[in-house]
Amino acid sequence: MRQYEVTFVVDPVLSGDEIKTAAKSYEDLLKNEGCSIVATDDLGLKSLAYPINKRNSGIYFTHEFTTETGSVVPKLELAMKRDERIMRFLTIKLDKYGVKYNDDKRNGRIGKKDAHISKLDKQAEKLVIKDDLTRLEGIGPKIAQLLVTAGVNSYEKVSKADSDQLKDILAKGGSAYLSHDPGTWPEQAKLAAAKDWEKLDALQGKLRGGRSEEEE
Amino acid sequence: MASRDEIKFLSNPHLGSQRKKYCRFKKFGIRHIDYKDPDFLVQFLNAQGKLLPRRITGNSLKYQKKVAVAIKRARHLAILPFVTDLLK
Repeated sequence: MRQYEVTFVVDPVLSGDEIKTAAKSYEDLLKNEGCSIVATDDLGLKSLAYPINKRNSGIYFTHEFTTETGSVVPKLELAMKRDERIMRFLTIKLDKYGVKYNDDKRNGRIGKKDAHISKLDKQAEKLVIKDDLTRLEGIGPKIAQLLVTAGVNSYEKVSKADSDQLKDILAKGGSAYLSHDPGTWPEQAKLAAAKDWEKLDALQGKLRGGRSEEEE
Repeated sequence: MASRDEIKFLSNPHLGSQRKKYCRFKKFGIRHIDYKDPDFLVQFLNAQGKLLPRRITGNSLKYQKKVAVAIKRARHLAILPFVTDLLK
């Protein structure tokens, strides 16, 4: 399956509807020829780097499609050439890197930060301690370590976690941790995530060893 | 034998060493160059819109050719100019 990308510039003096129908008609043409459309994009009105047909701006569209053979491309180009609404067009064949790049771009992964994170880095990122979990009553350094290795490395994550999930993580750590009750940890973590230190201290004053106690 | 601090040179012995130039595509693993992205491509053009030579940009031959192709496509689509005076 070959993947192609066609970019074309539509005359801006047309009405909005006409522009949209122009773009749509090529999408339909491709579909009728048996291509599957991967994506269409309206890049919008942009000013041209040099005047074309006395116009200084144009509306850019891209269609990305796959086909079995490439026989549709000459037909597409001929139709575009004859169409007076289209000022310029360009069809390119995408190699595997191009396909991947477009895919990443659509999913927002081209921001330079994520695009180059390798698998190891991603694992390391999960392990990085985002918040000091020992601030929570009932979590000491060893339990904090357990939580971080399981991926729960910030106050937000603790607050979102189920107390059952937390119990599971503790159970994985060994029988020594079974006696620890994570019931109040999400509550405390919510306050910590919101940086509400006053309320957190008040809550922790009431708790002892992380358990809500009614009596001494 | 004179010690190092006693030897004086007429011209700076460190002259000629520069920051090592590298191909940014090889280094960061960028495999595809998008012709629709003028902000990225403009760094390979001079102020007149002309392509910069490889010895200036530091690109490897493979990627310099890809850059050239991308810029020419962008010029065809009027995303980049052929000639200007005020590109940068």
